[in-house]
Amino acid sequence: MSDAKLQICSVSKAFDGKVVLRDVDLDVGAHDAVCLIGSSGSGKSTLLKCVNLLVDIDAGEIHLDGEVITDRTVNPNDVRQRMGIVFQAFNLFPHMTVLENITLGPVKVHGTSRDEANETARALLDQFGLIDKTDEYPDRLSGGQQQRVAIVRSLATRPELMLFDEVTSALDPELVAEVLGVIRKLKYEGMTMVIATHEMGFARDVADQVCFLDNGVILEKGRPAEIFRNPQQPRTRQFLQRIVEAGRL
Amino acid sequence: MIAAASTVIVLGIILWVILTSDAWPAVQRQFFSWKHFKQSFPDVLAGFWLDIQMFIIAEILILAFSLLLAMIRSLRGPAFFPLRAMVVIYIDLIRGIPMLLLILLLGFGVPALQLQGVPSSELFWGVAALVISYSAYTAEVYRAGIESVHESQRMSARSLGLTQVQALRYVIVPQAVRNVIPALLNGFVSLQKDVALVYVLGVREGLRAANIYNHSTFNYTSYIVAAVLFLIISVPVARFTDWYTERDRRRRQAMST
Repeated sequence: MSDAKLQICSVSKAFDGKVVLRDVDLDVGAHDAVCLIGSSGSGKSTLLKCVNLLVDIDAGEIHLDGEVITDRTVNPNDVRQRMGIVFQAFNLFPHMTVLENITLGPVKVHGTSRDEANETARALLDQFGLIDKTDEYPDRLSGGQQQRVAIVRSLATRPELMLFDEVTSALDPELVAEVLGVIRKLKYEGMTMVIATHEMGFARDVADQVCFLDNGVILEKGRPAEIFRNPQQPRTRQFLQRIVEAGRL
Repeated sequence: MIAAASTVIVLGIILWVILTSDAWPAVQRQFFSWKHFKQSFPDVLAGFWLDIQMFIIAEILILAFSLLLAMIRSLRGPAFFPLRAMVVIYIDLIRGIPMLLLILLLGFGVPALQLQGVPSSELFWGVAALVISYSAYTAEVYRAGIESVHESQRMSARSLGLTQVQALRYVIVPQAVRNVIPALLNGFVSLQKDVALVYVLGVREGLRAANIYNHSTFNYTSYIVAAVLFLIISVPVARFTDWYTERDRRRRQAMST
């Protein structure tokens, strides 16, 4: 038994016969940040959704703190309460203010009192420079602000683990930094994170481990310096070469 | 300006043709007699007041019951299969039966059973039939609304740890209802007239009162009285529906630009 916070063991998943994940193994240590890189459709998003139990896996097991979470007898709502996930498209609730978005989970799921939830939410908003947006509706915010609110919304339930699914892919380039800044801050505070991203510079800086996914398989994983400077697999080299050519690394 | 002028001219010609035709005096006597209008008005109005009460009570029940049906129908997972199946069967059956048949069946049939503890009033069962029938249609309106909310909203809600029902209640349904308000208002207009169908049970609502007056005088003006009363309510609701739909459409356009 390893002491990893999150353990993904031989996970496979197919949608309508098309294999999306094949025998994926991954250990994420407590306080570690693991970055998943790879082209679109390589299975990064699906892997995160499997961890959050939004997608059922076909084979394998996922453990959180050594306990199986992918068993049928486990209540997915209990598992989801312990982790946060942030999506590419923000997915804020448009009919609620920023404050209501953030307090929904704590109040309805965790049974926190309205006052306490509001207080926690305000403290988080303040911490991430969003306090003046407390009573705004999401459509009044920029993409970067919406995404930061989405991250705060996840943090408000005090997760032990955060999952980020290409959270900057839908943003204008000048808004990317403010969102990545939030994630860096979380890393500094010791949050355990799995981050699917196309931002290679960010992955190199922040990750303890980088995994290169290709066609549903983890082709290569290691410390960022190893993966980015000295990739072993031809597919990894090819992928990184294209990123360099695109001026993204 | 041109529209107004052409409307006046067209209406003028139509009115002139009608009023100068040979049949007009008879038509006026039978349908538009001022004497009979005044005489039948109090009874028809009293009956119509019952129509309005039935409409309000039925509409409230329909909105609540059909939302429940739609929510059950959109629950996922094998555990909810029996519930989902029951709702689908209910909707299919009820939508396939003429509403008048249902009104007769319940309104006359159930009181005839003389069951202990079951209301025996035709009015009660007439309204119940309306609620049962309209709920099947309205549930489908709500369901369209629920399906119009993007899947990512449900996923987001579930990822916060909300249960299916909580996700529907707090995240999906509020957005869904907003999306289908025009369609729901359309249903209001329709129900506001259909309450008159319970007249077949002998309930003395507006149409029944007009019918009774007609039977005793052989004059049809009382029906015109009833028609005017129904129009006084339904035309403003229809205009409001159009106005609201248009405003909503403009807002969405403004938001997406």
